[in-house]
Amino acid sequence: MLFLSFGVWWEIDPVIDLISLPSPLVFYQELTTMGFPSIYAEPKGKELNLVCIINCMNELLVLQHKNLRAQEEVEIQHLKLGSDMDHLQNCYAKLKEQLELSKREIVGLQERDRQLQSKNRNLHQLLKNEKDEVQKLQNIISSRATQYNHDMKRKEREYNKLRERLHQLVMNKKDKKLAMEVLNYVGRADGKRGAWRTDKTEARNEEEMYKVLLSDYEQRQKQLLLENAELKKVLQQMKKDIISLLPPQKQKPKERSEDGLVLSDQEEDIGELNKENMWELSCETVREQLTNSIRKQWRMLKNHVEKLDNQVSRGHSGAWNEKDVISREDHELETGKLELEIQQCKEMIKTQQQLLQQQLTCDDDTTLLLQDCYLLEERERLQEEWRLFREQKKNFEKERKSFTEAAIRLGLERKAFEEDRGAWLKHQFLSMTADCKPENTTASAFLRSSDPDIRLVKSASRQRRLPSVLSPAVSPEPFQISQYIAQNSVASEKPAADNMPNLWVEGDDKEETEECTKSWEDSGVGPLFRNLHMEQLP
Amino acid sequence: PWFLEVFKARILPQLSPVLSPQASCIQHRLVVRDASSLQILQLYTCLDQIQYIEWSSDSLFILCAMYKRGIVQVWSLEQPDWHCKIDEGSAGLVASCWSPDGRHILNTTEFHLRITVWSLCTKSVSYIKYPKACQQGMAFTKDGRYMAVAERRDCKDFISIFVCNNWQLLRHFDTETQDLFGIEWAPNGCVLAAWDTCLEYKVLLYSLDGRLLSSYRAYEWPLGVKGIAWSPSSQFLAIGSFDEKVRILNHVTWKKITEFDHPATISSKKTIVYKEVEKSPTVDTERLTFPPTRALASSLFSTQSKYDISQVPVSLQYIKPVADRANPKVGVGMLAFSADNCFLATKNDNIPNAVWIWDIRKLKLSVVLEQLCTIQAFQWDPCQPRLAVCTGSSRVYLWSPAGCVVVQVPGEGDFQITSISWHCSGDSMLLLSKENFCVCYLEREERKGVKTCCPV
Repeated sequence: MLFLSFGVWWEIDPVIDLISLPSPLVFYQELTTMGFPSIYAEPKGKELNLVCIINCMNELLVLQHKNLRAQEEVEIQHLKLGSDMDHLQNCYAKLKEQLELSKREIVGLQERDRQLQSKNRNLHQLLKNEKDEVQKLQNIISSRATQYNHDMKRKEREYNKLRERLHQLVMNKKDKKLAMEVLNYVGRADGKRGAWRTDKTEARNEEEMYKVLLSDYEQRQKQLLLENAELKKVLQQMKKDIISLLPPQKQKPKERSEDGLVLSDQEEDIGELNKENMWELSCETVREQLTNSIRKQWRMLKNHVEKLDNQVSRGHSGAWNEKDVISREDHELETGKLELEIQQCKEMIKTQQQLLQQQLTCDDDTTLLLQDCYLLEERERLQEEWRLFREQKKNFEKERKSFTEAAIRLGLERKAFEEDRGAWLKHQFLSMTADCKPENTTASAFLRSSDPDIRLVKSASRQRRLPSVLSPAVSPEPFQISQYIAQNSVASEKPAADNMPNLWVEGDDKEETEECTKSWEDSGVGPLFRNLHMEQLP
Repeated sequence: PWFLEVFKARILPQLSPVLSPQASCIQHRLVVRDASSLQILQLYTCLDQIQYIEWSSDSLFILCAMYKRGIVQVWSLEQPDWHCKIDEGSAGLVASCWSPDGRHILNTTEFHLRITVWSLCTKSVSYIKYPKACQQGMAFTKDGRYMAVAERRDCKDFISIFVCNNWQLLRHFDTETQDLFGIEWAPNGCVLAAWDTCLEYKVLLYSLDGRLLSSYRAYEWPLGVKGIAWSPSSQFLAIGSFDEKVRILNHVTWKKITEFDHPATISSKKTIVYKEVEKSPTVDTERLTFPPTRALASSLFSTQSKYDISQVPVSLQYIKPVADRANPKVGVGMLAFSADNCFLATKNDNIPNAVWIWDIRKLKLSVVLEQLCTIQAFQWDPCQPRLAVCTGSSRVYLWSPAGCVVVQVPGEGDFQITSISWHCSGDSMLLLSKENFCVCYLEREERKGVKTCCPV
């Protein structure tokens, strides 16, 4: 068997005593350094305390377990950290790549930007060059043009000189013949004679010329005046139209004052321009006034139209202010409805008026007849009602009769029943007093002793009561019946106030009879006594 | 419209401004016909080949100018025996015209040395020195009272205004132009427009008494004004320039009120574009006879055309001008107002097949007529807003706000109309080709008919 201790494999023979191993002193030292109690029974002894050892072993095991667990945890932690680390490293690598890419992109873009800028600069330079060239060419052209003009002039002078020379030579050569041959001279077109050239004629020429010019200018001025007058008329018209178009709504006091001023201006203008003849007015101030006032009015109109446009557009877009704005269709519907209503009302008023007229203007006879008619109507109605009422009355009579008969029968039957009952009770009582128990003598004796009295009293009272019951039942039969009728009839003929106690009594009676019937069914003593007792008690 | 047979004529004939006679010349003969029937009324013979004829304003005289010989001959209609000959001699003759009163003839001598004013009433002769050799150097007012002449002395431009009554100088002033190109009076006779050479865009407006009213310059360096046109009411001045635009100035402030562009693509939905399309002639095969008749033959080979309305956007035929040539065919070279002031017809030279008609009341492009050939000329009816256009084919095109119509000149052979001249009443017009002419009568109603007449 191999045994590991202190990093050395020992081979031991399990048979041989463990104590032949390296001396437990080593263990003891280790353990003490670890803080365990001594494994020897006593200090410096040779005997080992087994319990101690086992305890130590136990603690060691526990320690070992703890350590193992800790180790596991640490390993897990370690793995986690390792994976986190990997992950982070991956991320880092990716980000680094991205950074690289974007850096490269930036560099590329910068390069492009640089190229474009340089191209731009080149183009600018080219443009400038072209412009300079154009300027240069223009300068060249102008200089050449002046040069050509100069040359042309020189050549022209030369040419003129040649011409003159040629003319002279030619004219000198030729004989001076009469250049014109005519049979006879023709008269002037206008029949007048030719005039000599004098200062007078010159002056007249000038005069004529100026006359022509003046007449032309006058004509033009007339035309312009006419045009002006027309345009002024048109402007006036426009002004009036604009004023009429503008809504006379509430404005801020400032605007109102402006308006007032403008209005007064306009009135002044209108007055002025109407007073004096428009055709002749053309002074600066009036013209300015007119145009300024028109401009103002036009601006106001424009604002108004713009406002309306905005309103319409707002309405279209859906942001309504329903108080102020209603849609066109609704408006139209409303107006249609109102018109219809108005129509109907008018018609009604008309008919009513007609009727009223008829009434007011018809004769006495007709009125009397009309009144008679109404009375007849009423009378007939009343007769109808009377008839109905009588029928009902008859019916009620019939019913009452039948009820009275029924009540009489009921009374008779009750009477008979009471008599029977009294007889039976007597019989019972008599039979019962013979076989009573001794035990309940005390209580019952009292009862018994008083019983007959009580019973008798009872019976007597009953008897007395019965007739009293019966008598109200019999005698005031009509009362009962009438009361019944009164309950059922619609017409309130007889008062039912004094029937109330009868009702109550009747109710009691009914209860009694029910109880009596019950007692007959039990056919026992107890119930009888109870009955008796109950009767006694009010 | 009805036509007459085509007549041979060597030179542009002219319709008398007032009355009905119509003059045409062949070689050295002057033929005067009645304008409505074209019957020959008179026949005159001149000394040389006639280069130019002109009626006097009262239709009593006709001048015939023979530039080669330097002679002008005047004939009278009332008195066929009356004759007059003006000989410029060695001075030469480059141009000749009547004065507005019909009694003076203004001859421009060679090299533009002077303008000689010959009077038929008196023996007096006047000279105007240093006239400018430009396109429109002489302008008469509509009422014939004043005449403006462009002059150039010492390399500077001047304008002289003369009273036509007595040929007295009224005003003489210099202009701020580099090289005055043309002058034109406004129809009211009170404003004179002068414009500079195409190297410089400048339009100057002078009052009758010589004051500079305004100066207008649209841009500096590119080629400038190509032509101008006054509106008949003198309200507007239309300036057509080499940048393919027309600018309209108003007579109150002399500032531009609008400019009309002539792009190659028309995209506005409000513009009507009439396109001339050829329609192949329908041949009734059953009616074919042998030998084919003249009419049939001509109708087979002549192409008919009609107008179609093109759907906007339309792109017109655009010709890019040759860059290194002078006087390039670019820009608005032809412009004319209608008689009622409502329309302006223009032609952009690099879109040579189209006539642009602008509505002046709305200042917008109203109609574009796209033709098959290059526009040669157009002219407005002097009475109503009706435009006649010719493209060098044998058809004349008429446009009015009611619509447009192609009118075929009947007849055999080629008749290439190169210019049009309306009669002052607006009832007929003269259609001229290089060697022939034709009179087209327009009926007031829409009936069409052809009246034939034997040629001379």
